[in-house]
Amino acid sequence: MQNSYRLKRRNFVKKAGVGAVSTVLLSDIVYRNLLPEGYSPLAFQEPDPFKMFHKDPEMVLLNDKPWNMEAKAHLLNDDVTPNKFMFIRNNGIIPEDIDVSTWQLKIDGESVLNEKTYSLADLKSKFKHYTYQLTLECGGNGRSEFDPPAKGNQWSIGAVSCAEWTGVRLKDVLEDVGIKDDAVYIGYHGADIHLSRNPQKEPISRGMPIAKALQDETILAFAMNGEDIPLTHGYPLRLVAGGWPASVSGKWLNGISIRNKIHDGEKMGGSSYRVPCETVAPGEKVDDADMCIIESMPVKSLITYPKSGAIIDEGKSLKIRGHAWAGELEVSEMEYSIDFGSSWKTINVQKPVNRLAWQHFSGEVNFPKKGYYEIWARATDTNGNKQPMVLPGWNPKGYLNNACHRIAVKVV
Amino acid sequence: MEGKNNPAKNTSSKYKWPIVVAFLFLFIGTGVWYLVGPEESEEEVTDITEMDPDKVENGIHVRTGLIEAEGLQEVINNCTTCHSSKLIIQNRMGEEQWNSTIRWMQETQGLWDLGDNQKIIVDYLTTNYPPFKKGRRKALSNIEWYKLDQ
Repeated sequence: MQNSYRLKRRNFVKKAGVGAVSTVLLSDIVYRNLLPEGYSPLAFQEPDPFKMFHKDPEMVLLNDKPWNMEAKAHLLNDDVTPNKFMFIRNNGIIPEDIDVSTWQLKIDGESVLNEKTYSLADLKSKFKHYTYQLTLECGGNGRSEFDPPAKGNQWSIGAVSCAEWTGVRLKDVLEDVGIKDDAVYIGYHGADIHLSRNPQKEPISRGMPIAKALQDETILAFAMNGEDIPLTHGYPLRLVAGGWPASVSGKWLNGISIRNKIHDGEKMGGSSYRVPCETVAPGEKVDDADMCIIESMPVKSLITYPKSGAIIDEGKSLKIRGHAWAGELEVSEMEYSIDFGSSWKTINVQKPVNRLAWQHFSGEVNFPKKGYYEIWARATDTNGNKQPMVLPGWNPKGYLNNACHRIAVKVV
Repeated sequence: MEGKNNPAKNTSSKYKWPIVVAFLFLFIGTGVWYLVGPEESEEEVTDITEMDPDKVENGIHVRTGLIEAEGLQEVINNCTTCHSSKLIIQNRMGEEQWNSTIRWMQETQGLWDLGDNQKIIVDYLTTNYPPFKKGRRKALSNIEWYKLDQ
């Protein structure tokens, strides 16, 4: 209902706009017949996404319907990712006409004791606030490298961020609502609109097991980096669950269902955010029944300084730095190689600021003589898992590529 | 659909004279503006020419970025209604994968039956956007070399 109301209003504004523009441009009769149905003149097309979302012009636009944009490694050098370098992964259309004064979060589901609805003011005043730096990586980050190719947005390495999120703990809210003993999962609902504009369809409605929902760092955030959450990242309320595929962190949050079974919302089934339970050969067909939901993201790292392609003088050492993260775990060791993995040297990596925040590494690299080099970075998690140098196990949708990142350097 | 109730078309004959007067006025005004106005006005003029939805440049359909080839119109009509052409361009699949992707879109995303167009569309995609062979790890490419001041 609300969606169709929004839709009508939007079209009215567009039509009025077309009239005004064509008068100014004298193009009414001459050019209108050249316009396809539903096509708006340039002046009324979606504005520049870099300006609209306050993104750095060096960011890479992958998709404009829905909006998807990624960073490059050297843009992610900050300890805490600012909005301008944060990747965008949207599944639907950003909600229109957001009114924070009437925004509501409804908690329902089979396993809720009493359905309850909170306003934003309720959430902010009733519960204690917490701030965490949380790593959010798209499950499909690195998809572009898989062979045979996997369908979807062809992310390279930039669909990861670690911003500072402020909000209330989901567990405090769930305690206030009361959940039954048979609760196993929570599913989220957002105000975004399905690409087909069908108000009956949700673009995405994923979730997490109760154990993850009850972690201290799983929050209902209303601020990012000390300010209101940017519109495209979920304003005014976002579920944030660090270390898991970022699709678990539902944007424009207006509902949470406490489920007595694994949540069956949009993009919880089929090949979405799921990988073969048992490894398969590249390109193999996998039945839906043999696919398992991705939980923690794997260990991974990025060299964020210098930018790939640096030319340095012989005899000089090169400072490098970057970040490493390991889903639910911590990174225990960081190494680099300048000889394609023949030898590895360890490099200093800091402890995380808080659990689920990425960790920073830095050090100096020396080169024995002139030539072309690649610096490969490899992180190890607290379970002893290391990043592979080649692509990890193939899966139909190209998730979980945590192969080593590398940059090119020339010593002259 | 919007075009059927186009208010400008219905009213143009009724208000012909006022429009001609206004047109002349604006024409003269634009001429004066062109001579003495700031340079930004030129941008608006180029915008009008770029509105041609069928324009093809160097074998690329400008509005969508898709390769101009047999089946382009069917792809534009059936695929870019719901999602961006950017999603098509960056994905490279074989016939079987495209057909199963179409089936997935029909089962879950509200795509209609494509009928005879399905073969035309899949042929267009597999011909113009065939898969690359990448192996287990590609060599670094497109490196932009720069002198690093240390």
